Amino acid sequence: MKDPIFLDNAATTRTDPEVVEEMKPWFDERYGSPATLYAMGAEAKQAIEEARQRLADLIGADVKEIYFTSGATEANNWAIKGTAEALASKGKHIITTNAEHHALLMPCRHLEKNGWEVTYLPVDGEGLVTPEAVADAIRDDTVLVTMAHGNHEIGTIQPIAAIGAVTRERGVTFHVNAAQTVGHVPVDVAELECDLLSLSAHKFYGPKGVGALWMRRGVRTTPLLHGGGQERKRRPGTHNVPGIVGLGKAAQLARNRMQSEAKKLVELRDYLIEGIEKGLDDVRLNGSRSERLPNNVNFSIEGIEGESIMLSLSYPTAEGSRPVYVSTGSACVSGTLEPSHILLALGVPVEMAHGSVRLTLSHENTREECDYVLETLFEVVERLRSMSPVYKRGASKCATGNDNDGCDCEAAG
Amino acid sequence: MYSEKVMDHFQNPRNMGEVEDPDGVGEVGNPQCGDVMRITIKVDDQERIEDIKFKTLGCGAAIATSSMVTEMAKGKTLGEAEEISKKMVADALGGLPPQKMHCSNLASDGLKKAIEDYRSRHGSS
Repeated sequence: MKDPIFLDNAATTRTDPEVVEEMKPWFDERYGSPATLYAMGAEAKQAIEEARQRLADLIGADVKEIYFTSGATEANNWAIKGTAEALASKGKHIITTNAEHHALLMPCRHLEKNGWEVTYLPVDGEGLVTPEAVADAIRDDTVLVTMAHGNHEIGTIQPIAAIGAVTRERGVTFHVNAAQTVGHVPVDVAELECDLLSLSAHKFYGPKGVGALWMRRGVRTTPLLHGGGQERKRRPGTHNVPGIVGLGKAAQLARNRMQSEAKKLVELRDYLIEGIEKGLDDVRLNGSRSERLPNNVNFSIEGIEGESIMLSLSYPTAEGSRPVYVSTGSACVSGTLEPSHILLALGVPVEMAHGSVRLTLSHENTREECDYVLETLFEVVERLRSMSPVYKRGASKCATGNDNDGCDCEAAG
Repeated sequence: MYSEKVMDHFQNPRNMGEVEDPDGVGEVGNPQCGDVMRITIKVDDQERIEDIKFKTLGCGAAIATSSMVTEMAKGKTLGEAEEISKKMVADALGGLPPQKMHCSNLASDGLKKAIEDYRSRHGSS
């Protein structure tokens, strides 16, 4: 098989070779635990503190405010459940949006089942919420506002600093899931006026299984885990030293090359967007044109279904062709009968949400690859549309007979 | 997650398209669920399926099961074709992931509808 073209960088990125190199000795040469006092432990301790400094430099934080975790999912769970528990006596109301990643949505749902009330602010057609909407939703018993900085699926970047100003003024803790933005666009915790911020190394060329929660000094959260004294007793468990070293290296690299990388990605992103809009009829760009992550392209393509687009791109049949790896918001991939809740939150019609395809770039992708991807995508769309019994047939209706709004997919099956 | 056979039928679908001047048409599913299958058949005077074609909107499994059903039904009598079940289609494809058994395996229903349509047009039962 020819080299694949990886356009699923919002899911994960290739660990940078420089990051891998830096991690290597910490597996089998310098394998001491940072919690110990002998030399092998002390050097590990020094390594993780250097990584902490590198990360702090990237996000404009104080080193003492950074806690290493297993990734953004853990950081989100800690921020949300930990804040809720610590502030339960003050109130049990949380505000988020209706277009969040499951790693943020599910901790909120968990709290809802346990006596908390959650307001899901509706995003607009581009995926944005306004600071005014947040301000209006804040009540006396509101203890937390939590949302993503950059949306993983549609790439929309929220006006976090303006929302932060509102929460600051109202004295409400503000948590931001910055898994998609750290290392890609400037993230400065002081400018964002947030109190807690989650991030994950593998989203910006670091290793999988390591991330961090930045917690402003004085913010009250209950730890998620209880155990030893690591991370100032707030996040116990022996440190993932190679992972943390890798996170630190990725942060250092990002700080040096983020600006030039973002410029390049925006060019490639807009090249793909323009190419798709020129090359295909009946498509819809999902998300915002202006407030958009540099690496995100997300389209709904009428008359076809996302999983079949994804499969066609990733398992090409023609001799010598390159697999193209993308993702989709189709129900077939979500594991439920519903397509992506994020696309539905934008007001994308259900049948168009099933036909969504997301292409997310990395600094390794080239213009030539984009040309190849466009050409391949056009062929795939043409083929699938030629197979579709509904494309260009007009108004959708249930062939099962119940052509009212509430088509019952289960019954249809 | 898909068997080799599913991928083969997805990538090289058999009998894709529409039978010209069909004797029976069956359509199942709906775009809001992400799956629509349309089966058209030509029936000879022995009540055998002389020709059968499909058009499908849907995932890999939806396309593969449609293709497989047409292959299984071609040349069969209407009575035999009606006996083709979802399970038989899935088995012939070397199995389907469990979550695909229902939402994406409608092709045999589409075939039954096409046969019903033929019968209602030709007054036999």
